[in-house]
Amino acid sequence: MPATRRILPAAVLALALASALPLRAQQARFPEPEFETGYRLPQVTQPSARSLALEIADLAALAAALSLSAYLALKERSRRPIFLLMLASLLYFGFWREGCVCAVGSIQNIALGIFSSEYRIPLTAVAIFLLPLLSTLMFGRVFCAAVCPLGAAQDVVVLRPVRVPAGLARFLGILPPLYLGLAVLAAATGADFLICRYDPFVGFFRMGATFEMLLLGAAFLLAGTVVARPYCRFLCPYGVLLQWMSRLSRRHLTITPSECTQCRLCEDSCPFDAILKPAPAREPESRRAGIRRLGWLLVLLPFLVAAGAGAGILAHAPLSRIHPTVRLAERVVLEKSGRLPDTTLESRTFYETDKPAEALLGQARAIRRQFRTGSILLGAFLGLVVGCRLLALSVRRKRTDYQPDRGGCFSCGRCIPYCPVEKKPESLETRDERAG
Amino acid sequence: MAEPEKPPVSRRSFIANGLRGAAALAAAAAAGAAIPRSAGGQTVWQIDPYKCTQCERCETHCVLTPSAVKCVHSYDVCGYCDLCGGYHQPSPLEHDTAAENQLCPTAAIRRVHVEGQYFEYRIDESLCTACGKCVKGCTSFGNGSLHMQVRHDRCVNCNQCAIARVCPSSAFLRVPAGRPYLLKQGARTKKD
Repeated sequence: MPATRRILPAAVLALALASALPLRAQQARFPEPEFETGYRLPQVTQPSARSLALEIADLAALAAALSLSAYLALKERSRRPIFLLMLASLLYFGFWREGCVCAVGSIQNIALGIFSSEYRIPLTAVAIFLLPLLSTLMFGRVFCAAVCPLGAAQDVVVLRPVRVPAGLARFLGILPPLYLGLAVLAAATGADFLICRYDPFVGFFRMGATFEMLLLGAAFLLAGTVVARPYCRFLCPYGVLLQWMSRLSRRHLTITPSECTQCRLCEDSCPFDAILKPAPAREPESRRAGIRRLGWLLVLLPFLVAAGAGAGILAHAPLSRIHPTVRLAERVVLEKSGRLPDTTLESRTFYETDKPAEALLGQARAIRRQFRTGSILLGAFLGLVVGCRLLALSVRRKRTDYQPDRGGCFSCGRCIPYCPVEKKPESLETRDERAG
Repeated sequence: MAEPEKPPVSRRSFIANGLRGAAALAAAAAAGAAIPRSAGGQTVWQIDPYKCTQCERCETHCVLTPSAVKCVHSYDVCGYCDLCGGYHQPSPLEHDTAAENQLCPTAAIRRVHVEGQYFEYRIDESLCTACGKCVKGCTSFGNGSLHMQVRHDRCVNCNQCAIARVCPSSAFLRVPAGRPYLLKQGARTKKD
């Protein structure tokens, strides 16, 4: 008996080697032993996952931080406590919770939840998506000010902020909607979570990432010393949604506690160039010319949308390669036709399954069709964004005061101490004037 | 700062309120559309051991170093063999059980004699790097009792698991956080 026990595995081994390592080998080659000395089988330990209570505690912390941030920006009106709250958020949501799940990435959970029948989105992820949006709709971007760990990581390194030329800033401003669209497309098709994968700061929070990502994060922080919060302003996909919400917000941080005196002291206080200067009273062009330009832009808008959709059709095939199944199918086709001599781990693993190549190709075609629809929508969306931005540029609003630009303002409170105007209770007259 | 008293609803503020409400509705609708009919609880990542092909990527692609994936041993599947495909180098008859002949590069498998010709193999998780060499050996030549699992005392539960993204056999699944393991089970456990 012992002899067979020693020989048997060797025989199996030889057999297995002869048949080139069948990976999905059958189970239970050897019978379970009958122990005679009362040996008891050890149990496999199963350390439990993070408990739901802790997830809910995270949500409570998020809600509390949002409320506090709104209070500090709107009522307390003081930069220092906002900064301290931001540090606390950086430590808790960043270094302690290691940045997952964050509101920025939750866009992808929502997109996957809408379009995938298999994925069941955790309710906490839904709440993490909604809470900052709703708070922004009420109070402005107080989430960016002191809660978001990605923003906080960049905010602490703002040393010598320079003004980004307005034209360049507008051009770079197209990047966040593009990134948002791509991330939603990739998540909705189940291809990838791009925002998480290319999060430049999560590597610092976890104290570990690939060399490339750490380098990218370091580059962002380095650039962030002169171009304040570069990720927030020129990449953050969640920032696009927050910008929309903040434009509509019910209340918002103000630079002055009562009346702006146009003293210009706050003019250079914002490192994010988010202070709108008073617009000159005299309009530089005739009303007629303005209206004509507006009309042309309105006519142009559908063409921009159509052009974007057309570009989407052109780009859908390369874009669909984000999806691993499409990549694998293309690879398998090339390998089978002999145009690629070598194989990859993915293609080898695929050949080892008994799935026919046709099924894989069918899957890839279905995914590519999804990408076609998605790319058209993405292109149209970008065309719409560009068109709307052109429209916004061409509309002149008369402005007499220094005001935060509601879309771009992070409610960080840096401008507040620059305002020399004392807070005073409003007299009835000014109140009536305002109502006037 | 005192909130300025609102004038009787002007056209401007009426429109603003309408837009605000629409924005809130849009956000809520997006969130609502994402929630399937059976609302989901927390999920965590786990490996389906029957899909795993031991490609060794678990060792290198986790955001943690060493990986949150470890080899675990389902004892009730194990044959307790003397010659273990997961423990010994290939061609075991030419080797003894000394450390240099072990398959595990970090000597994370401890071999203990139980009785007769039976040996118990125990994983020291603090040494395991999730290379999967032993799992490959055990699955190819033995009962497949050694298998890979995400250990949730280590896993940080990334939104998108970095290993799942590159897993060639799509063995990574989101599983309910209440039942976070997909362990191989033998006849003994199934009987109970």
